[in-house]
Amino acid sequence: MNLLLIAWRNMQQRGLSSWLTIFSMALGVTLVVIVLAISGVVTESFQRNSSVGYNIIVGAKGSPLQLTLNTVFYLSRPVENVPYSYFLEFQPGTGRQDAFKKIGGRMHEADRPGRYSRYMAGGFAVPVCLGDYFGPFRVVGTTPDFFANLRYGEAGDMEYKFSEGRNFQEYSQENGYFEAVIGSRAASEMKVKVGDKVSPSHGNPDGEGHGEKFTIVGVLAPTGTPNDRALFINMEGFYWMDKHSKPLDEVAKAEKESGLTYAETPGTAESDGLPAKLPIHQREVTAILVKPGGESGIFAANMERTINENLQAQAASPVREIANMLSMFVQPVQFALLVLTIMVCLVSAIAILVSIYNSMSERRRDIAVMRALGARRDVVLAIILAESVLIAVAGGVIGWLLGHGISAIASPWVEDQTGIQVGFLTINTWEWMLIPGIVLLAIGAGLIPAFSAYRTDVSRNLSA
Amino acid sequence: MILEVTNIQKSFPLPGGGTVQILDVPQLKVDSGEQTVLLGQSGGGKTTLLHIIAGITTPDKGSILLDGIELTKLSEQGRDRVRAAKLGYVFQTFNLLPGFTALENVRLGMTFGNGKHDITRATRLLERVGLGDRLHYKPSQLSVGQQQRISVARALANRPRLLLADEPTANVDAANQQKIIDLIRETCQEEQIALIMVTHDLKLAQQFPRIERLEDLNRVLQAVAK
Repeated sequence: MNLLLIAWRNMQQRGLSSWLTIFSMALGVTLVVIVLAISGVVTESFQRNSSVGYNIIVGAKGSPLQLTLNTVFYLSRPVENVPYSYFLEFQPGTGRQDAFKKIGGRMHEADRPGRYSRYMAGGFAVPVCLGDYFGPFRVVGTTPDFFANLRYGEAGDMEYKFSEGRNFQEYSQENGYFEAVIGSRAASEMKVKVGDKVSPSHGNPDGEGHGEKFTIVGVLAPTGTPNDRALFINMEGFYWMDKHSKPLDEVAKAEKESGLTYAETPGTAESDGLPAKLPIHQREVTAILVKPGGESGIFAANMERTINENLQAQAASPVREIANMLSMFVQPVQFALLVLTIMVCLVSAIAILVSIYNSMSERRRDIAVMRALGARRDVVLAIILAESVLIAVAGGVIGWLLGHGISAIASPWVEDQTGIQVGFLTINTWEWMLIPGIVLLAIGAGLIPAFSAYRTDVSRNLSA
Repeated sequence: MILEVTNIQKSFPLPGGGTVQILDVPQLKVDSGEQTVLLGQSGGGKTTLLHIIAGITTPDKGSILLDGIELTKLSEQGRDRVRAAKLGYVFQTFNLLPGFTALENVRLGMTFGNGKHDITRATRLLERVGLGDRLHYKPSQLSVGQQQRISVARALANRPRLLLADEPTANVDAANQQKIIDLIRETCQEEQIALIMVTHDLKLAQQFPRIERLEDLNRVLQAVAK
């Protein structure tokens, strides 16, 4: 008979107490496994979403974190806007002058290229207008370039695909400027499909509905990004919605205060046979998603510095902001949760200690008998420690299975919410520490009763 | 000679201070295979003497030579090893471990002894004591007489050189008493094991070839008598 079997028999002898202690340890380990799984999902979700396919977000001066949260995750309240003319500074080549001629309106120094155009050859800048809602989901006014140019996924190389329909167009014969694409989760929750007409509400989820209706022409395939939870509408249509154009008196006042001279053009929409577009001086954007051309690393750093020296706007690096947020907010919370669950395991270890220690008085005679049969003191100590380790490991294995079982059951929901799969065997690196950690904890917990057993007076307990 | 006890003295502390002497045995010798009974009344120090011979308790003075090994010069670990290898012990209250089956109780002695898990010998011993069909029964499922027979089998598991039996029939009904004594004596004889049995029952003692009265052995009792 080996010592483990003797320890196992001792556990069986105190069946209920042993099982309750195992259950307590199992609960602690289940919590650790679930917290690690949640931490993994949160971290992976943030890391995935930091691969957004662009290097810089440009927006109004303020908190770069808020700009990032607002633009990448559609969280927090929308930040202030920047003029559309500022967005045109990022057009490569003669894009700025061409856009002025095409859209029309008033603009300062309309005949020069964009200030940042030299960085943009081979890159792109996508405008984003935020502030409206479709049910609880954010509405994003943008251009068809959003889905044509941006990528997602861990490596930032996955193209957006449509499970139904197509990308919206800047102008279509059947829907004019009022086409929309909807994220997978927003579509399923709002129960809309291609061909449906939707009307965003202004300012907040319960805000007043705009009169204009957009026709859904595409449903995005699930991406596991916040874009699954948004409605994307054509920016030209967005501008024609009530309260989305800058009031003319405000424009006039700003132009007067600037003391600058402005060129003016009617735009080409009418001559192209298109409905009128909102003039440039009445347009604003919430953010500009910028990927400079060439080897964008150096260009992006230069561009970010140059923009931030300017008083008109700020540039934020989403990767850096997300990494900062992870290290400043998310990781400390994850750590605190982990510490709490480890405390639960510690309490379970103390339960093992109390359970075995309390049984010592009724076991002294058995220990004395084993000693009388020739068991050395260190053998008795090892038997008690083995019992403690058996209880903890049994609890640990049950807890691990329970934790991963719960994760697997919750997997479809987690995948629906985050796009991240959590399988039964999705194992966090830290979990490899669990069993050695539990064994150490059990040895620590078993030491006090084990030494009590070690000191058992054989003669007295045999005679008792 | 398997056992030679010389000038053993043992005192115990009193709760209020001071000590009380229990044992003062000038000599006790037992030959290999010899069967001896220690006859004496309760409180005469019989169990203490057995504990000292088994190395469970250490004497204040004196020498115990067990199969040529001086027990009083050994560490506690050393005494544990000698006990496991050379001694068998049958307790008055059986002292079977309740969570273990009959077979496991017998194998337990082997685990702490030579470390060899000789299931065949354990099974054969249980068959020898008439419990071949009760190998996997827990003590609580067996009668008192059957429990004591397991404890005899356990004591013999390691092929000891000396078997100590402390009032082995005190808790057994009259019908089973003689069976237990016969069992112990016969198996000791078969395996050439020396036997020291402690009892206060004169009728039982008279069956043994050698009777040592504790009053004659222990000077403390002689002094009390005077």
